[in-house]
Amino acid sequence: MDWLGLYNYWVVVILMMAGFYIVIAQGNLVKKIVGLNIFQTSVFIFFISLAKLDGGSAPVYVEGITEYSNPLPHVLILTAIVVGVALTAMGLALVVRVHELYGSIEEDEIHEQDGSD
Amino acid sequence: MAIAIVRIRNLFAVTMLTGIYSLLAASLFVLLDAPDVALTEAAVGAGIAIILMLGTLALTTSEEKVHKKPQNLLALVVVFITGAGLIYGTLDMPHFGDPEAPAHQHVSPRYTQESVDEIGIPNMVTSVLASYRALDTLGEAVVIFVAMVGVIMVIGGGVKRRWRDRGRVLPDGKRDKP
Repeated sequence: MDWLGLYNYWVVVILMMAGFYIVIAQGNLVKKIVGLNIFQTSVFIFFISLAKLDGGSAPVYVEGITEYSNPLPHVLILTAIVVGVALTAMGLALVVRVHELYGSIEEDEIHEQDGSD
Repeated sequence: MAIAIVRIRNLFAVTMLTGIYSLLAASLFVLLDAPDVALTEAAVGAGIAIILMLGTLALTTSEEKVHKKPQNLLALVVVFITGAGLIYGTLDMPHFGDPEAPAHQHVSPRYTQESVDEIGIPNMVTSVLASYRALDTLGEAVVIFVAMVGVIMVIGGGVKRRWRDRGRVLPDGKRDKP
């Protein structure tokens, strides 16, 4: 049962692959961005689960507790979440612009219109 | 949840599921001793991101078109190979919650044991964010600024262009373009 301690990484890998599949296999641009979000969240879960310490408590100082989870990954992920939302906003803005130009957010329809020009 | 998002074609439902997914991730972060991250994820991931997506759907369309694509199988194969490679890579990783893991060795003891004396804030995440790693936070602010400028350039420019295409109003009250 030695390998059972690795299950957190496997959850992360499954989520990551679901997001990856959406990004490469789906033609809809909004859905691609949703896939990117799932991928991102899986990375967040990966970092936060690395920070977890057996017997540790949340990294807020309390008298008498000496074991805390590692605060550094928490900080990095705080930054990453906000940056991720900025990225989502940027991507969705591009989708809106593409819809303005082509009247569609399906990848293959956009390619068709490009080909007929 | 993620698999439902892959399958469902109605983009409105997809957006709602994404919100629930973010909320679940936030509760997972609480369980993993990261309350600050959970707060941010719940507010930003489940709140702002969903509002942005709903805005996009309002401006575009909320149904995804169904079509059979030949590259789906290829994509599935690529995903499985990548996933298998990643799982193989995890076999050498330290176990969940292991105090001997490298992540808990280097700067972590300094942050958890001395930051309260050095910075004077009981919340270690705050002291690391605002003091030890303040440069990262500055970079984050720069990224948000650049993204904001980008969004304004991409969408705001479109609004102006629509006005221009509609044409100027001539002295007799008509427009010079149809």
